[in-house]
Amino acid sequence: MSTKIILPDFKNTAVIDQVGVEERVARFTTRSIKKSSKLQGLKLTLSMIDLTTLEGKDTEGKVKQMCYKAVHLHDIIPGLPTVAAVCVYPTMVKTAKDALKGSSVKVASVSTAFPSGQSTREIKISDTKYALENGADEIDMVISRGEFLKGNYNFVFDEIAAIKEACGTARLKVIFETGELSTLDNVRKASDIAMYAGADFIKTSTGKISPAATMPVTLVMLEAIRDYYYSTGRMVGMKPAGGISTSKAALHYLVMVRETLGGAWLSNEWFRFGASSLANDVLMQIAKEATGVYQSLDYFSKD
Amino acid sequence: MERLEIQKTYKIFIGGQFPRTESGRFYSLQNKKGDILANICLSSRKDFRNAVTAARGAFGGWSGRAAFNRSQILYRIAEMLEGRKEQFISELILQGASSKTALEEVTLSIDRFVYYAGWCDKYQALFSSVNPVASSHFNFSIPEPTGVVSVIASEESSLIGLVTAIAPIIAGGNTCVVLASESKPLCAVTFAEVLNTSDLPGGVVNILTGKSDELHSHFSSHMDVNALSYYRKNKSEIKTIKENASLNVKRIFIYDTLDITSDKAQSPYLIFDTQEIKTTWHPIENVGSAKAGY
Repeated sequence: MSTKIILPDFKNTAVIDQVGVEERVARFTTRSIKKSSKLQGLKLTLSMIDLTTLEGKDTEGKVKQMCYKAVHLHDIIPGLPTVAAVCVYPTMVKTAKDALKGSSVKVASVSTAFPSGQSTREIKISDTKYALENGADEIDMVISRGEFLKGNYNFVFDEIAAIKEACGTARLKVIFETGELSTLDNVRKASDIAMYAGADFIKTSTGKISPAATMPVTLVMLEAIRDYYYSTGRMVGMKPAGGISTSKAALHYLVMVRETLGGAWLSNEWFRFGASSLANDVLMQIAKEATGVYQSLDYFSKD
Repeated sequence: MERLEIQKTYKIFIGGQFPRTESGRFYSLQNKKGDILANICLSSRKDFRNAVTAARGAFGGWSGRAAFNRSQILYRIAEMLEGRKEQFISELILQGASSKTALEEVTLSIDRFVYYAGWCDKYQALFSSVNPVASSHFNFSIPEPTGVVSVIASEESSLIGLVTAIAPIIAGGNTCVVLASESKPLCAVTFAEVLNTSDLPGGVVNILTGKSDELHSHFSSHMDVNALSYYRKNKSEIKTIKENASLNVKRIFIYDTLDITSDKAQSPYLIFDTQEIKTTWHPIENVGSAKAGY
């Protein structure tokens, strides 16, 4: 593919009207989704989850158990999808890859000195290569927020491009840690930089900083994806991560994607939820639809 | 110019807050003459669901507190009730009680909270045991709170019915969701205000108003409810409750013949109802037969 993309001047990216964004977002939460369409939405949500464990205390056992959960969400209910991917640290990629052998669940690995990103380019690249050599299908990198906030956009751009090159065919998700970018204008700017530098996905947060994913931030990123698609014709995926733990919130996000980007983005190829506790809440809602009885977490495996 | 009295809005009590029912429904409470006393929330199954979520969230903190601290908080509830005695008496009279029985009901309610405040850190000793076993184990059994308890309180009484149901449940470290009397709900809402100013953490007690015939099946079928106390006499509701309880083997307590104003309605055994006995086998060295190593 040799389509020539002209880089915009990132100092002049679109300005965000925060009041307008919040008002628009509030409206996504008023859609009434019931019965069979709700069930459909819930199943779609399950299939979009990146089941995540990113703790210092992670062990092979924990990762294996989570991988089992990724494939066998709740076997009592037939016809459930698997999640899209599991998301782990580079050292756990091999364990996850082995545990998921024979399933279509992908292995995503965070890299580039996750979560702070405070390291040298060489280390970040070798971190990425290590994950890929162990079999990672997707790489979740963090940007250098310090450089970004200094206004050193070229640095951020070059770094993303370098990691993208290291990724080869593996899909690259770029994490902005929007909780540290402080304004929606910055979120929009970071989105533009990442997409032009080659990101396959843009992702809100590491999950280590609060606030993590919020609807306004996600809307700004979705609109950046839309504008980028209109000017280049390339689709970029979106992954809100952290803080989305209820099915209701997940459905609101799906509505937002549908009404901002359209139905083409409503699959796990283009939209993901980075979450660990969301899956069980969705499963409880599906069980509630199936049995008519409100459910308890006591009857759903933790991970 | 004559002053217009400010009417109180009677709302429900979930997670330490006073929302209106999510359904937006209400019923008008009338006195014997047919005057409207207040509009009361007609709670829905979703209010119940929200209340159970709040109760579940509060369970860890409440059950993990020192028993002595629970005792202090129950006593604090009694203090707050005492301070608002007159309000409860006037509400009871509005709902048809004589001033004499109203006073009796309120004082009995206060005394009952003091009674259970005393039991908070004592029933454990009463119901625990050290068990003789034929191996080198220290074997003991202790009561632990069962979890979230749903309560359908007495229909006939307003305040004392609620107090009798709630006090032993929270004294034992459980959290609860309570359906108040449909025909006499005023004190229930005022009682919630008392709870809210008594250092009781939000969500430990949640109070709904509405109809038992709409809600009893949800009270008994919810998988995250561990036990149910029922203080009414409706035979068909009791049957449904027992059937639904089998879903997650909920523990069911039917107090249909309990005289809630009598002494029988306050007892450590009522605390014990919503406790589970946990037994621990703790390995020990057989110190008695140990010999010197040299």
